[in-house]
Amino acid sequence: MKSPSFHRSPVANLFNISIQTDDFDLNAEYATLRARHRNIGALVSFLGAVRDLNDGVNVSTMTLEHYPGMTEKALANIVNAAAQRWPLIDATVIHRVGTLMPTDQIVLVVVAAAHRGDAFQGCEFIMDYLKTDAPFWKKESTSDGSRWVDARQADHHAQQRWSKTT
Amino acid sequence: MVTVLFFASIREAIGHDRETIVLNDIESVGDLLNFLRAKGEHYRDALAPTMRWRVAVNLDVAEITQKLKSGDEVAFFPPVTGG
Repeated sequence: MKSPSFHRSPVANLFNISIQTDDFDLNAEYATLRARHRNIGALVSFLGAVRDLNDGVNVSTMTLEHYPGMTEKALANIVNAAAQRWPLIDATVIHRVGTLMPTDQIVLVVVAAAHRGDAFQGCEFIMDYLKTDAPFWKKESTSDGSRWVDARQADHHAQQRWSKTT
Repeated sequence: MVTVLFFASIREAIGHDRETIVLNDIESVGDLLNFLRAKGEHYRDALAPTMRWRVAVNLDVAEITQKLKSGDEVAFFPPVTGG
């Protein structure tokens, strides 16, 4: 992972990373970040949800497995790399595991910065690397039986573009 | 001894999620891979190159050339699909 040394965040150890079965509340996460810092000028979030259709097949449930220990370490590395690249004030990453239903929330990334450009880019960077580097696996239960979701080449390309622009 | 973990489709194909292996002549991830593949067809299939498996040693992504030592945790898993 490319991580220039400028913009090192003084609060890297404050980043909030959670792997949980429970649902999450975007507004509560916003409120936590805003209560913690008075210098936030921009909050950008990404929220991923379970779709009812994948590759044209109805999805009845989605089960997420992960590698406890490595997942937290990989996510911390990703958020720290983002904080070294842009002046981020704080960040929250929540990823759910276990069995989820269509329309359920899966993942939340919230990035706080002084200005929107850094927050937008930091959020997208974290999400792109989460897709390629964090050890989660999805298994769909569909009308055709259950199947492991294949990794998408498009996700690899989305991550790769960050190494071309510094 | 090393602890070997299997995840997702590889875990299902092999039939269990962990085992403990005495290193003996096993010096690297590649040696461990050969040892596992020799254990049977379901190992060979699950860890075939076409499965695009990944390996991590002590929670970091590793290469096949990485050396192993007693106490290491080695994990084999398919390409990740979170988010």
